[in-house]
Amino acid sequence: MSRRKAIIQYFSQGWMMIALFVILLLPLIIGIALTCKSGPIFRLCGLDELLFSSIWKPTGGQFGFLPFILSSLYVTILSFIFSAPVCILAAIYLTQFASKRLISFMLPVIDILAGIPSVVYGMWGILIVVPFVGESLAPFFNVNSSGYTILSGGIVLAVMCIPYVLNMLIESFKTVPNGLVEATLSLGATKWESIKHSVLRKCSTGIISAFGLGLAKAFGETLAVMMVVGNVVQISGNPLEAGYPLPALIANNYGEMLSIPMYDSALMLASLILLVIVMLINLFFRYLIYKTQKR
Amino acid sequence: MKQDNAIEIHNLNVCVDDQRILKNINLQIPSHKITVLLGPSGCGKTTLLRSLNRLTDLYKELKVTGQIFIDGEDILKPRNDIYEIRQKMGLLSQKPYPLPLSIYKNVTYGIKLKGVKDKKLLDYNVEKRLQEVGLWDEVKDRLHSSPDTLSIGQQQRLCLARGLAVKPRLILADEPTSALDPHSSKTIEDLFKKLKDQYTIVVVTHILRQAKRLADHAVFMHFGEVIEQGSPDEMFSNPQSPELKKYLIDGN
Amino acid sequence: MRRRKRIEELFFKILTGLACYSLILVLGYIILIIFKKGINMLTLDMIITAPTGGYYYGGEGGVLNAIMGSLYIAIGATVIAMIFGVPAALFINSHLQHKPRMQGFIRYLLDALWGIPSIVYGAFGFMVMIMMGMSASLLAGIITVAFLITPIVIRTFDEVLCTIPRGLHEAALSLGSTRTQLAFKVLWKQGFSGFITAVLLAFGRGIGDAASVLFTAGYTDLVPQYLDEPAATLPLAIFFQLGSPIPEVRNRAYAAGIILTVIVLIISVSARLMSRKFSKTNLN
Repeated sequence: MSRRKAIIQYFSQGWMMIALFVILLLPLIIGIALTCKSGPIFRLCGLDELLFSSIWKPTGGQFGFLPFILSSLYVTILSFIFSAPVCILAAIYLTQFASKRLISFMLPVIDILAGIPSVVYGMWGILIVVPFVGESLAPFFNVNSSGYTILSGGIVLAVMCIPYVLNMLIESFKTVPNGLVEATLSLGATKWESIKHSVLRKCSTGIISAFGLGLAKAFGETLAVMMVVGNVVQISGNPLEAGYPLPALIANNYGEMLSIPMYDSALMLASLILLVIVMLINLFFRYLIYKTQKR
Repeated sequence: MKQDNAIEIHNLNVCVDDQRILKNINLQIPSHKITVLLGPSGCGKTTLLRSLNRLTDLYKELKVTGQIFIDGEDILKPRNDIYEIRQKMGLLSQKPYPLPLSIYKNVTYGIKLKGVKDKKLLDYNVEKRLQEVGLWDEVKDRLHSSPDTLSIGQQQRLCLARGLAVKPRLILADEPTSALDPHSSKTIEDLFKKLKDQYTIVVVTHILRQAKRLADHAVFMHFGEVIEQGSPDEMFSNPQSPELKKYLIDGN
Repeated sequence: MRRRKRIEELFFKILTGLACYSLILVLGYIILIIFKKGINMLTLDMIITAPTGGYYYGGEGGVLNAIMGSLYIAIGATVIAMIFGVPAALFINSHLQHKPRMQGFIRYLLDALWGIPSIVYGAFGFMVMIMMGMSASLLAGIITVAFLITPIVIRTFDEVLCTIPRGLHEAALSLGSTRTQLAFKVLWKQGFSGFITAVLLAFGRGIGDAASVLFTAGYTDLVPQYLDEPAATLPLAIFFQLGSPIPEVRNRAYAAGIILTVIVLIISVSARLMSRKFSKTNLN
């Protein structure tokens, strides 16, 4: 090999390694940086106070994240309740009952829907969901509501997550070998019994993982939720009240972040909480998927 | 002596779009014998086997016409009790597909579908069927563990036991030994020979030696057609058609 | 018994079918609503002019600033993501080919990385920006979005690369090429369709993402000329205009929504077409 070739070889190999290394270190770097930046607030109050206090007065130096964490959980769980049954039923239909034409039409459509920006879903939420909740649903329950509520957030999130979760479910169902379905059928099972006993059972981890990853995505989603959820700091069990999820807190206040003491630190902590929760969920369910794929 | 037939096939055609996979199959399968469907890959023998218990229903692009009589009933007629028809046949596929359930529940799966709930009857069946396939001693201590821990050969025997549990009259086997090592293959073959007293067995294979070892009645297929059939001794020592002659030369 | 089974089967077939078709209906309805709302306001002016003085009170102008800003950011970020992502994906499939556990672990990490919410990238980017003494600018936006989409480039490209048969690796290596040559000559060519898909997918994600550029790219009514100027983006333009009390301005947000949706649709459809085209030519 000539000298020039050797140098090219040396550099391109080095470049590949550095690139991969940098990317893999990224979550660690982000985590460490956010921890450092949120350091000052820990000197002000302890972690338990930050996480479990419900008093949020940045100007008074009081930072209780509880309302935000609860709001986030609330919209996420609502979105899960709305989307999960639809997703699993639709995935069963598409992979088991539907014609080849329908599924080959639906797969790209689902892909495309998963790629539509969240702001567009948010816009749809403002156009349809908010008026529906405010003008039809709330009066039905004799509640006065603007429509910018936890419920609206949950609905918009559910619709956003459906293509994402559906995609993973279909992937998972497709891995079930035909032979297994044939085996149950030849033992006298009906088509539905066969789905219940072979497909759903075989894919149980796949299903759980798809839902888990969907939850993580919903938990971190920012703009679409923020546009319809009302953004009021309060703790309420009523889904027709406004809420204020964590991502919305970060997104709404970056402007004032530098003018109020400790505020930037608090927001970085909010990002850190978000990162840690989402990363943990992701790592756990991805691990489940890898475990089952190996077998 | 009049020979009774377990299956009679009249003018069976299977098409995908314009392509005919099976062309005018007319076939009688004698009961309590091992019938071997022999032929090169892609000749339609697996499709023929699948038509017998209407697994062809799963593939909507397949068009099946003709008649298949089992117990004097044409099973290809549109009907609702296809599940009961399928319970008359045990299927053994190329690879073992144990259900994602325990060994015990694998065997009882088909019986439970029939509505049997009696624990004693289930226990009895599990022991009897596993003994029939010679698996009982190997697994009796771990009946409630997952079949994933069994070897491929054991899994295949478990699948056979599972099929026998629904008291079929026929066993349909689609290249049942192709994923197995020679020793496990021999176990399965010996089992077939033992089981033919009680069951009618149809085996699909492309291995000539296996066909010679097993067959009481041999059927040679080529490009979707039945070329020759008859007793294996006659057929293999004195082939009539050029296709079979060539296959015999290549196969040896 | 038999009757009950039949009813159960029919029930679930109808139920699942109902779920599936209502889903199609709802998602179709969303697209329809967005197009219906904005189509009247969608004029050529919207696309080819930047906002003028009274734009936010319902005056003349368009969202050219945001369209250009979004394109600049998405293109810049995609280029950076390619520079890091492509060699990383090649490395996984060439030098680590004989270490499947390592490969599995890296893919696992990358998949998890894909899930980090974009607002976290935004906050992180903002922090780095402040630390380096920069202000909200095109460059800061590009870098932040690049962080966000690099894992996507790697994983999408990698998905295609790992389907390349092992025999080809062995053939190339046995002909005396180094693993690096294998990566850049053989794998690159064979996986080209994956590269195209990866780039377009990342581009689509980059152009549609709002939370990451919220802090970092800033907002301006001008079309940015240099990297250190702030830049508007389409998602943010939509977001801000929707918040306006003036109906005229809100209607323009719907029109901008159409523009964004159409851009993303074009990208994802062309990603499909191109990957199909290139994977066909690869076979020959």
